[in-house]
Amino acid sequence: MSESNQSMSLGNPDSTTLDLVQKIAAAIGGLGLLILLVSWVGVDLPNKGFWLIISLITISLGTTLYAYQTYLNSPEGVKNNGVWFRSLTNRGLIGWIAGIVITGFYICLYWFPQLVGLHASGNIGLVALFDPLSQLLKGVPASQWFVYGTLYTMAILIFGIKFIWKYRHNRYQVIRTISVMFFQTFFAYLIPEIIESLNTSTNINWFDKDLKNMWPLDYDFFFKWHMDNMTLAGKLGTVMLIFGLLMIFVISPILTFKFGKRWYCSWVCGCGGLAETAGDSFRHLSDKTLRAWRIERWVIHLVLLFSFVMTIAVIYSYLGNDPNQYYLTRSGFTILTTALLLASAGAYLFFQRKQKDQQKNTTYIILGAVLFILGLYLVNYFSGSGSAYFFNSEKLKSWYGFYIGAIFSGIIGVGFYPILGSRVWCRFGCPMAALLGIQQKLFSRFRITTNGSQCISCGNCSTYCEMGIDVRSYAQKGQNIVRASCVGCGICAAVCPRGVLRLENGSIDLYEKTDDLHNIQVPKSSSS
Amino acid sequence: MHVAIIGNGVSGITAARYIRKLSDHKITVISSESDYFFSRTALMYIYMGHMRLKDTQPYEDWFWSKNRIELLKDHVQEVNFSNNLLKMQTGPPVRYDKLIIAVGSSSNKFGWPGQDLDRVQGLYSLQDLQLMEQYSQGLRRAVIVGGGLIGIEMAEMLHSRHIPVTLLVREKSFWDIVMPAEESAMINRHILEHGIDLRLGTELKEIIDDGSGKACGVVTNLEEEIDCQLVGLTAGVHPNVDFLRDNQLVIQKGILVDDFLQTNIPNVFAIGDCAQMENPKPGRRPVEAIWYTGRMMGEVVAYNICGQQVPYDPGIWFNSAKFLDIEYQVYGEMPATVPEGQSTFYWEHPGGKSSIRINYETQTQHVKGFNFMGTRFRHEVCEKWIVEKTPIKEVLMNFAMANFDPEFYKEYHQNICQEYEKISGQVMTSTKSRNWNQVFEFIK
Repeated sequence: MSESNQSMSLGNPDSTTLDLVQKIAAAIGGLGLLILLVSWVGVDLPNKGFWLIISLITISLGTTLYAYQTYLNSPEGVKNNGVWFRSLTNRGLIGWIAGIVITGFYICLYWFPQLVGLHASGNIGLVALFDPLSQLLKGVPASQWFVYGTLYTMAILIFGIKFIWKYRHNRYQVIRTISVMFFQTFFAYLIPEIIESLNTSTNINWFDKDLKNMWPLDYDFFFKWHMDNMTLAGKLGTVMLIFGLLMIFVISPILTFKFGKRWYCSWVCGCGGLAETAGDSFRHLSDKTLRAWRIERWVIHLVLLFSFVMTIAVIYSYLGNDPNQYYLTRSGFTILTTALLLASAGAYLFFQRKQKDQQKNTTYIILGAVLFILGLYLVNYFSGSGSAYFFNSEKLKSWYGFYIGAIFSGIIGVGFYPILGSRVWCRFGCPMAALLGIQQKLFSRFRITTNGSQCISCGNCSTYCEMGIDVRSYAQKGQNIVRASCVGCGICAAVCPRGVLRLENGSIDLYEKTDDLHNIQVPKSSSS
Repeated sequence: MHVAIIGNGVSGITAARYIRKLSDHKITVISSESDYFFSRTALMYIYMGHMRLKDTQPYEDWFWSKNRIELLKDHVQEVNFSNNLLKMQTGPPVRYDKLIIAVGSSSNKFGWPGQDLDRVQGLYSLQDLQLMEQYSQGLRRAVIVGGGLIGIEMAEMLHSRHIPVTLLVREKSFWDIVMPAEESAMINRHILEHGIDLRLGTELKEIIDDGSGKACGVVTNLEEEIDCQLVGLTAGVHPNVDFLRDNQLVIQKGILVDDFLQTNIPNVFAIGDCAQMENPKPGRRPVEAIWYTGRMMGEVVAYNICGQQVPYDPGIWFNSAKFLDIEYQVYGEMPATVPEGQSTFYWEHPGGKSSIRINYETQTQHVKGFNFMGTRFRHEVCEKWIVEKTPIKEVLMNFAMANFDPEFYKEYHQNICQEYEKISGQVMTSTKSRNWNQVFEFIK
């Protein structure tokens, strides 16, 4: 039909499919992926450095051009049109395919690195394609983790640009995204790789040089090999060791106190960085039911407990009894950890007393757990058995590495983005998030405040909460929101059509507005 | 006691929830619209693909049985007030001891030729949304009639699906019966920026029948013919009370209720869009079809049914909306033209997408109300300024405290103060920052 189009749109409202620029962008990006795929299936490309650069550039260019065309041709604002209609983002066929492909990639990385081309005698396939870049950065051939780290960082960068354009009207989102892009590129990727390359001596073994990666997320920090490698690496290792301990016990609680756990989870963390950028398209897939919240609280705190027990057991196993040989003997360590556990339980009781929505059962469970791990620990100590628990610490270590480190954080955490949402790991599995969450719930100044009675219960906030918090249930009652799991991404406030939510750091009234119904409808005198 | 509630919108459901909090009465909520309560204001987001119907339901399905609120999906055909009986469309009659009528609104039709054709609809109910979805198949152009909140929502919905939209607005500027000229002009610009075909000063004359009972175009008062396959009639709503007329119930525009939301029949109450206040508070309309008043009425009626006399007092007027990407919040009375004896202070961001307006009494300088476009301000703080008759100068000096924009947003309080200095000749400094501690100290 040739009727004249009276619409004056700049964004071509007649178009229901991809426009020309988007098609070109998809083709450019597809070319880059094809190069990766071709080398993965074993085609031995000549001049690998050239093809790698072409591939990385075309993927980045295609993605950002596509995002540019999608977001910058329409006025600034919330861009969630059609989210529940698209196969990729509504658990449709494309979503499932994407989930299976990413999951498969993770399985290869963890257990079958030879399938992506890792070979001690000389890499082939996908890993070989990355050899020139690895040689350039650190002077050795690539490993499957170098491939992974490079692609991971690139994903955060290109989808970070997409996210910034999508939310360009919102300075909180723009600045926060620049922050995660910065920390991933420099702290997680470039600085560690470059430090590695500066190490000319060959007898120094690998240890983690990512300053922001701390225990218990970095669960092998206290493993013997890691501690040994740090202590043997001279000044740098010592600095990393001291900084790591400071991060865990001093810096992170202070920052969480002032800003909430968001300072880490949605501003700094690499897992969070990927979830906020590449995972942004899947944030609405998180489960908002009360049932999911119940499961979440059990699972994440059990993982925290697991990481704690495992770490104690591992450290205990490599400490000796002779004070002349060890800075810290088993006895010293036992006293130290017992004191730490009791102090934590005491701190919990102290901060928790102010909370008005306190749950007696939670208190019993937490105190019970502390006494239980302490009891087992002390029984083992006084019976003189070589391990902190009845288990062999090596077993605990390998279980943790397999179930939590690989399956939970990698395969389920990222592979299931298109099925379960982008923060499954952060919500159900991350011990760091659990620890910061307890701090946030107990003593942080951070909360989300609600704007009087303006809520219309529409549900955008809850739908787009990647952590599955039913934000609306608080907002419609005019309550402030203080939840252990909130990572402070600020999207609830961004998508609210009535301006009801705001993230803030106050210092008073942590609980007053989280308790009672904020009830301006009926005068207090008549309703009491 | 059995309390029956007709209607499961925000008014009826709020009433049910508060009756449950206050009593052990048996509660039945009857609706033929949907299985569960959903947020009516969120219907547009379902069409736009932001949410599914499920996501717009504020309570999970188990909530109702857990709180012993019985949900009955049926249509009340007739109310027998003498025998306390509801005649249902399919099920057996329902006997009640107390009845709450919360049946909401219907879309206005002003006798336009062709207004009852197929492919002509309003947008109020879930059924309207389903109809709109059905009509959207192969839709090449839609014409929306009416320059109000539902009209622009409907335009935004269709626009999100890349369906060309023509928006006919009778007034010279969008919603200028409610919005002052500058804000109204801002919305006009924004509608055009989005590529929606806005026709100001244009009325619907008739809707054209394609010969098979379906609309295929409209004719405007300027005798222009516009081809379209969907006509949205969004010229306001009226109480949905026709099925209750010619009965014992006193109905004017809506169901007449006293200060306690009671009708002329002692055990029958009416709330929400369908209720008409006998003695509205000064400055308030007798029928207010908005979300917030429906919610307040639901709470008040619960107290009155559970034996606690609470008069309905909606307090200081407030409302909010979103015009495409521009959010709007209003606190206090802000008519389109400045009332006599009052002055207005207006500041607009150079970008033309956000503004603030404060009306105040010229004599005493007391603030009377606020309009905010494209920026968020705190409800409680603004309300307190109005209640306490704070002079505009003091309000502006503390203005930052009420700002509710997200962190890192640019603040314009200095510019706003300078603008006021220019007008008033008074020198002042912006003192407060937007810090929650200060706000809490102020409002507690």
